[in-house]
Formats: sequence, C-alpha cells, structure tokens
Amino acid sequence: MNEESLFAPGHTACAGCGAAIALRLLLAAAGKNTIVTQATGCMEVVSTGYPNTAWKVPYIHVAFENAAAVASGIDAALKAKGMRAGKNIIAIGGDGGTYDIGFQALSGMLERGHDVLYVCYDNEAYMNTGIQRSSSTPYGASTTTSPPGKFSIGEDTVKKPLAEIVAAHRPSYVATASVGYYMDFQNKVKKALSKKGPSFILVYAPCPTGWRTPSEKSVEIAKLAVDTGYLILWEMENGDRNTLKVTKMPPKPRKPVIEFLKVQGRFRHLIDKPDEVKRIQEFVDAECRRYGIE
Amino acid sequence: MKMVLRGNMATAYAAKLARVEVIPAYPITPSTLFPEKISEFVANGEMNCQFVKCESEHSAISACVGASATGARVATATSSQGLALMHEILFIAAGMRLPIVMAVGNRALSAPINIWCDHQDTIAERDSGWLQFYAEKNQEALDLMLMAFRISENQNVLLPSMVGMDAFVLTHTMEVVEVPDQKDVDEFLPPYKPLYTLDVNNPMTFGAFSSPDNYMEFRYATQKAMENAPAVIDEVFAAFEKKFGRKYSRVVPYMVEDADIVFVAIGSMCGTVREAVKEMRAEGKKVGLLKITTLRPFPKDLIKKYLANAKVVAVFERNISLGFGGAVYPEISAVFVNAGQRPKIYDFIIGLGGRDILVSDIKQTYDIAMKAYADGKDDVIEWIGIKKEML
Amino acid sequence: MKVNTGATVTEPGSSVKNKTGGWRNMRPVTDLARCKRCGICVILCPDAVISMKNKEEGPRTDYDYCKGCGICANECPFKAISMVAEEK
Repeated sequence: MNEESLFAPGHTACAGCGAAIALRLLLAAAGKNTIVTQATGCMEVVSTGYPNTAWKVPYIHVAFENAAAVASGIDAALKAKGMRAGKNIIAIGGDGGTYDIGFQALSGMLERGHDVLYVCYDNEAYMNTGIQRSSSTPYGASTTTSPPGKFSIGEDTVKKPLAEIVAAHRPSYVATASVGYYMDFQNKVKKALSKKGPSFILVYAPCPTGWRTPSEKSVEIAKLAVDTGYLILWEMENGDRNTLKVTKMPPKPRKPVIEFLKVQGRFRHLIDKPDEVKRIQEFVDAECRRYGIE
Repeated sequence: MKMVLRGNMATAYAAKLARVEVIPAYPITPSTLFPEKISEFVANGEMNCQFVKCESEHSAISACVGASATGARVATATSSQGLALMHEILFIAAGMRLPIVMAVGNRALSAPINIWCDHQDTIAERDSGWLQFYAEKNQEALDLMLMAFRISENQNVLLPSMVGMDAFVLTHTMEVVEVPDQKDVDEFLPPYKPLYTLDVNNPMTFGAFSSPDNYMEFRYATQKAMENAPAVIDEVFAAFEKKFGRKYSRVVPYMVEDADIVFVAIGSMCGTVREAVKEMRAEGKKVGLLKITTLRPFPKDLIKKYLANAKVVAVFERNISLGFGGAVYPEISAVFVNAGQRPKIYDFIIGLGGRDILVSDIKQTYDIAMKAYADGKDDVIEWIGIKKEML
Repeated sequence: MKVNTGATVTEPGSSVKNKTGGWRNMRPVTDLARCKRCGICVILCPDAVISMKNKEEGPRTDYDYCKGCGICANECPFKAISMVAEEK
C-alpha cells in the first residue's frame, strides 16, 4: 500500500469513488500540517468507522451543516493560542453538506475572513443517503428524489452556481476543479493554501454508484465534463473579478455534451429526447460563452 | 471588588476572569449583553480572546466545538430560540466530551414568541448531557459560571455546562456583585488541560462513526461521567467557598427540617418563595424551600435527604412539558416512587413567559396544596396565576 | 474494542486493519515492461493501494486492499495495466 498517503486504505468508499480520489489529491497537495473538519457524508462515513480511521492528519467530524463553522472555531482557537502559523485548516463537505444545509455556515466563514480552505467534493447528489437530489444536481439528472417519469424529466432545476456565489463573497481564492485534471486541482489547492484568508475549491468527483457509470471511468468522466464544456475550470484571486481566468480550455472543437451524458446511467432517459439534449447543449454553450470558451 | 452588574455582565466578567480563549457568539434577547461586553473587552485589549461573530447560534456552538477540540477554553451565551437552534450540537458537544461553558438567559420558547423569563429553553435540553446550573442572583451567575469551567474540565467529567439565569430579572437587573480578583481566580482555575486535541504532531480523529455494536457503551460511558459529576461539583463548591467565602450546594434547603410543605423552586423565584416562607412561618405555617442549583446531574441523593420527611412537596415549574406537566415534578417523583416513606408530590406551573411571581401566589399555592393533601388527592398539576377571563 | 472518550480514534490510519481486497471481481495486473514509471496510477488510486518505492522496481499493487475498480488500468497512458478476472 501507499504508506505516504494521508488518506489510508481500508476505507469503505465504493470501488472507483471519485471523492476518495479528490481527498487523496487534496491531502497530497496540502501535506501533513493540516487539520481537517468534515461534514457528515460519504467521505466521513466511509473513513471514520469506529474504532478505525483512514485519516493520518488531525480530523474532526461534528455534524452535517457545520464543517465551515467548526473550522472557524479551530482557526480562532489556534490564533488565541498564538499557534496558527504553519498549519492548514481545511473544511471538507460534499455537495449536500455545502450547497444546501452547509451553505449558511460556509457564507459566515467566508464573510468573517477565516484562514480556512473549504473544499467541496461535488458528486451532484446526496450520495451517502442513497442518491437524493441536491441543489447541485444538474438539469435532467435522475436521482431518487428527482426520478424521471411520465410527468418528470428528472431534476427540473439547473445546478446552483455555488462557486460563483462564493466568488461574490470576494474570498482570497476561489476555483473549480476536477479529479479528471489532477494537476490543475493540486495547483489550485497549493495556491489557496498559500494565501491568507478564506478560500474555496469546488472539485468535481464522479460517483459510479449514483451516476451509474463503470467504476473504472470515474477519472475519465471527470475529464469529459471539462472537455465538453459541461464543467468549466476557472479560478479567481483576491476577490478581484478581473483575475478570473479559465485554467483548462476544452479542446477545439468542444466535444458535444451528449458525449458526456450518454456514458452515464443517470442521464440515460434523456438520450432519446433530442429537445432535452439540445436544451442542455444550449445551456452549456451559454455558460461557455460567458467564460470566453468557444 | 464590588461592582454593580447586570447578570449578563457578571457572566461576561466570569468569562474574562476565567481567561476564556475563544467566544463564538450570536446575539439574542436577553443574553445579548454578554457578547456585547466581551467584544468591548476584546476591543480594549482587556481580554486575550478570539471573539467569533457567528452568523447563527448553530454556527456559534459549532465553532465552540471546534475551538474546544483544539484545546482552547471556550464559552458562549444564548437564550430560548438560540438554544433550541443549537439543540443537535448540544448533544454532540456532550458526546464528544468537550467542556464548553454557556450562559443561558432563561427565556420562554415560541410559539407564541416571548422574550421574558421562563425555564423551558434549558429544561428542553436536559437530556443533552450538559450539566445544568441555575442562578438565583447575579452573584450566583458569576460564581457558577467560574466554577463550571473547573467542573467541566475535570478529567472525570469532561462534559459541557450551562448556567441559567432568568431573563431580565437577572440578565438585565443590576445587583451588587463581588467580582473576584484575577490573581485569586488564576489560583482557583488553572489553564485548561485537554485530554485530546487536534494536533498536527499527534493526529487523531474526533467524532467517529458509531454502530449498534458500540453506541450503547459510548452512552453508558457518558452517563458514568455524569455520575462522577456530583462528587466533582461538591468538591469544587467546597474549594470555591474556601477561596472566595461564598457557599454553594447542589440544592439549598431553607427551613425544611420540620416543614409540612416544602416548596421546590429554581432560579430567581427562590427569592420570592423565601420571603413567602418567612411570612408563612410567622403565621405559624410549617413551610420550607428547597432551591435546586444543579438540575443536571439530577441531585437524587439530596432530594431524597431533604424531602423525605415532608408531608407535601409543592414543585414550582417555570416550564411545561405539554401533554404532561412540569419537567422537575416527575424527576422528584421518581426519587420517591418506590420508597417506603414518601411525601405527596404536587406540581404547580407558574411564572411562564415572564409572568410575575408574587408572594401571594406562593401563599395561594400553599392553600391549594394543603387542601389537596387534606382531600387525599394523588394527582395535582395546577396552574398558578392563570387569568381565566382571557381563555 | 474499548469505547474511547468522545469516540476519539487516537491511531491515525488504523483503517488499514480493514482489508478491502475481498471486494473485487477483477484484479489489475501491471506489465512492468510497458510501464514507464509515470506514477499516475499511484496518484489516482482511490484507495492508495499502489506504491512505487523507486523507478527500478516500479509500481506495486497491494492486493490486500485493491477493490478492483479499474481506474489504474483505464488511466494508464501506456496501457500497461490490464484487468483480469479474480480467481475464486
């Protein structure tokens, strides 16, 4: 086994879990002088089954919606003790624990300016509780609480633009990332941790169980999301919108979004609905235009 | 040094003297003056404390958990809806065995919304694993808050504490309070020595995932910590008396030895009950008062000791567990239910939502209780001071 | 097993006591001749199952833990890893 990995084997994540890859990449970039707070969710449950833990850095799980608030307390305590320097504080939550129930605590942490990096591993649904929709679930996706049916297309709202909302808080650093482009993600982690103040990275992490995709394709699909323009990888620094830049341009020409949709069981019901695929393609095109992607 | 202080301020001074390192807080009436005073101390450099201006009480108590797990001494304050919003984290803080101390301005719970004195907020959290202390006066609020740190941080306890003080009656009313010297407090309360901390040099996992295989044992162990608490509380009370000259006990008896009726009460209303007891004693009525200072852990031993010989126990409750009665009544009843010699125990709901409690209310309760006793009544849960014309 | 105060786990990485190798149906087999020691499999394995002490030895898969997800095989730029059926 890889003894250097700060996230040890023996955890019970599904085979091919994109989020587990995200955690490994994150910790490799952050190093061992890192304190982690984590929201309830897949990664917490699979990694901390008493009496064992997969974590080789100090770690605390409290509840579902408060990873950012717990991290705020740790930041304050280390500062009170004059012991803040030389350590990273990273709050980690899934999309459920960040976009929805954890949104308030995240906003508060950002606004107060804590020296905390918040990393959201985004698999676009509440996976740990059985694949229910979150506000991150994209339009048309099938989840157990947005199933397609006679009167339903699947999820009927578009994905909440969380990273943009975070950017509006003007944090020190905000970026989107993907486990499909691990160097881009790790560079962003290092950049975030090099700055004082609050930072946020949204890392796309496919879930073979929830997305109904083959376990070996998790990284490939995370790349495909970027290459179709479905996911845009960007960063913004120091709260300054003028610094916003796309860090990974999709290939020219951009792959059509159906390439991304058709390999996932959660979108299978859309494939024979060209109007819906067209709608999604138009949405992707509009977003790409906004970010200066052809 | 004697100062004229509101209850909120008294607890803020306690936090300052205890050298609390992190105070995450959110404002709510009537406990707002606590974070206000703390932020003033910090702004003037009088307190080396990180004041975290949280965006809700849930985040405030969550930040307390994070800070405490990092090894800092932590405190906060809230009331009513704020405490209710903290609910899930209260259980977590206790289960994680973190010695957070919280001042609670005891206030009614909505609905309907009411900002005045009532014990429902802390009573509703009696299952949480937090120790519960109640102040009768602002002096007690300061002293209990100071002592709570030493009690909670004791390695045989390691449970958080809440110190209740009545909304407005204590939180806002000014009383003369003896504020101890920093030097004496430093001798009484050494720095917090945590059992485990979040430390990059010794990485541990806090808040692991339990299963049917082990959850009961975790809960049992936490209950055992609660059972260790009375001895620790008594020892800390004794040490406090030795150092500062003020005596505390988990319950405080007043004229109970030969009392036919003992009134049980919590909080500032004890002052009123004591006055009523004095007046009734002057009239030849054999009455007494048992004030409960520590509700959790429930002082079973002392309840039995002081109430066993009474004919009637009249429990005053500034709370109501809807669908039954007050919350303290069944706990007192449980002490005696299987005992050979036992008093009649009657329940009286009083003073909810800031309704004033008058000496005449206590006397009226005496009459009701004596009549019920004479009539051999078993089941008495009565409301005192209800304005029937409004119903 | 003893219940520790606060459900705190004091031994980091003790999850290695749980050998997840029994999960798999397929196992990755690395052709060390094709392998160029790029290290991508080491980096991406969700379970930190592949290690590479040095370039001479190359990557080593720990079959005590490998869940057989196939990401290493899928991502290897040199197609040096194949997934073969696990013998029962």
